[in-house]
Amino acid sequence: MSRYNLTHLKQLESEAIYIMREVASQFEKPVLLFSGGKDSIVMVRLAQKAFWPAKIPFPLMHIDTGHNFEETISFRDQLVEQVGAKLIVRYVEDSIKSGRAVEEKGLNPSRNGLQTITLLDAVEEFQFDAAFGGARRDEEKARAKERFFSHRDEFGQWDPKNQRPELWNIFNGKKHVGEHFRVFPLSNWTEMDVWQYIALEKLSIPSIYFSHQRVIVNRNNVLLGKSSFITLLDGETYEEKTVRFRTVGDMTCTGAVESDADTLEKIIQEVASARITERGARADDQRSEAAMEDRKKQGYF
Amino acid sequence: MDTSQTTQEYLNMDLLRFTTAGSVDDGKSTLIGRLLHDSKAIFEDQMEAIERTSQQSGDGHVNLALLTDGLRAEREQGITIDVAYRYFATPKRKFIIADTPGHIQYTRNMVTGASTANLAIVLVDARNGIVEQTCRHAFIASLLQIKHLVLCVNKMDLVDYKEEVFNKIKEDFEAFSSKLDIKDIHYIPISALKGDNVVDRSEPMSWFKGGTLLYVLENVHIASDFNLVDSRFPVQRVIRPQSDEYHDFRGYAGRVEGGIFKPGDDIVTFPSGFTSKIKAIETLDGKLEEAFPPMSVVMTIEDDIDISRGDVIVKPNNQSQSGQDIDMMLCWLNEKPLIPGGKYALKHTSKDVRCIVKDIRYKVDINTLHKIEDDKKIGLNDIGRILVRTTNPLFYDSYRKNRNTGSLILIDEFTNETVGAGMII
Repeated sequence: MSRYNLTHLKQLESEAIYIMREVASQFEKPVLLFSGGKDSIVMVRLAQKAFWPAKIPFPLMHIDTGHNFEETISFRDQLVEQVGAKLIVRYVEDSIKSGRAVEEKGLNPSRNGLQTITLLDAVEEFQFDAAFGGARRDEEKARAKERFFSHRDEFGQWDPKNQRPELWNIFNGKKHVGEHFRVFPLSNWTEMDVWQYIALEKLSIPSIYFSHQRVIVNRNNVLLGKSSFITLLDGETYEEKTVRFRTVGDMTCTGAVESDADTLEKIIQEVASARITERGARADDQRSEAAMEDRKKQGYF
Repeated sequence: MDTSQTTQEYLNMDLLRFTTAGSVDDGKSTLIGRLLHDSKAIFEDQMEAIERTSQQSGDGHVNLALLTDGLRAEREQGITIDVAYRYFATPKRKFIIADTPGHIQYTRNMVTGASTANLAIVLVDARNGIVEQTCRHAFIASLLQIKHLVLCVNKMDLVDYKEEVFNKIKEDFEAFSSKLDIKDIHYIPISALKGDNVVDRSEPMSWFKGGTLLYVLENVHIASDFNLVDSRFPVQRVIRPQSDEYHDFRGYAGRVEGGIFKPGDDIVTFPSGFTSKIKAIETLDGKLEEAFPPMSVVMTIEDDIDISRGDVIVKPNNQSQSGQDIDMMLCWLNEKPLIPGGKYALKHTSKDVRCIVKDIRYKVDINTLHKIEDDKKIGLNDIGRILVRTTNPLFYDSYRKNRNTGSLILIDEFTNETVGAGMII
């Protein structure tokens, strides 16, 4: 490659930094949605790069379902301290207690969908006008048509048929009072790009991404880890397997994959030869063909 | 597999953004499906999902278009409404596909997809040859200054792989494209369905000596697509840490949109016109010897002069054009037509101004490229040449010279929607 040719990963990095700077300049109160997952870890590094040597000029916010992997929460708190950022946590549990959200019926209800209510309430509470998310277009097909700057009306809803055209590198963040934007700087990244960037930048990630022994139950081919949020159904049994997680999220719907990958290099090899998308192991996306589109319209991440 | 080697190769890949345009039934979805499939970018669960849906809808075959039709309304109506972005990689390059629908009413999507592309694939059905839509797609690619175009003559299997058919279409397109502003045009006879000349060479078309589509995508020379001559650094944000460690630090954050900047270079900033020198080019990873497009960096300068968001840093011997009267080709993106004499918000690089529409010179017939001077109504999907006057001067280049400092958008001040895409002449 010639001397003045930037590699694809550096181009993606530069694009994400550019977008973060646009948001910090175009909006009054941005926030970075942070789950402790690998994509949000990459987002935090990019935010550091975008404003260095100044600190990240917006807080991080975690919408906590209460159904967490312990490892993710301790990792989150460490990272926040390291970066010197401000962390806001809002709990789905509180939305349920106050009657704003109603727990799903049935065994082992997922709180994934309920996060939307807590998130929109928090956006209103703090008057955030832009919320960064780590979503990528390669994750799911409704996301493939998402903009970098995704406009949400005063109800926090996404209207896929009425999105603003996005041309060149000019981003239109103009809005009316009460509206806000979701912004996705990693739109053009793939799962592989994220992993390679973690390797390139030597970023630490929660231990659940690496292969470990775990007691799991196989439910409709989704391997769910044993926890107090899971109750066995008739005919189900727990078994111990060597697994790792490709995404972190609500324990009731985040499935593990059987894997021996206990280093970043091995994970990268595994991703390179994977034949199932990372969201393929998520029970929430398997509910229907348009499950993600429906949740996004209501204001999901 | 040696992982360190793999990672090294992965980190050395460059990036090609391309757009695909085609009309209904010309096999565009099949072609993209094949590129994704043959490069292993389709996963089993995605394949199973579309197999399930294909069976339910009784298509009788696995409909690869379902991979790209992401929204419920699109699947229900069997059409693509919006630009969809797809990703795949080979050991040489990473690719971003902007997949755009080809109907005339979707010109705005084609323009959107083309605005960031290095290369355009235009599909032609071998049985139909060059049709109106082919010309329209090629014209938009040319207008948006896409440097490379690949004309894929598809469905060659349905014309018995005849060389004459391909040659005739090639000649027809050569005649038409002489009116366009695209220098690098490739012609490839393919069958997306059978896989001829997409990833693997075609046996039935052994008469074709050129490269396959994937070969062209992997090898087309894109290193010189960025402007490395005319140095442009629009300032996005002023960085002032005000911390103990960086007490007096004042840096200018932005992305290099043209040329090369090095510490010690003489610079001039606009609109102030002050001159100074670059002190350092800073990043979290350390100081850089030079910065070039499209790097995002922070620049510090020797003198304490007033620079803020919307300003531009250039070299004294190579300055941007400046002015308040902006002549442009405009693509209209909104149902509500352009209002002659109307006022709009205008975004250009990191600068926000307002403008008033002074003159609509002509509209372009996007099928014939003729100027229409007696109909000046610019509605959704129309392209025209217009003149606006801005509230403050812009510091710009012609779009031909630099896509990022020569482009702008118009915004409706009441709805805040992006309504126009302008390319400065």
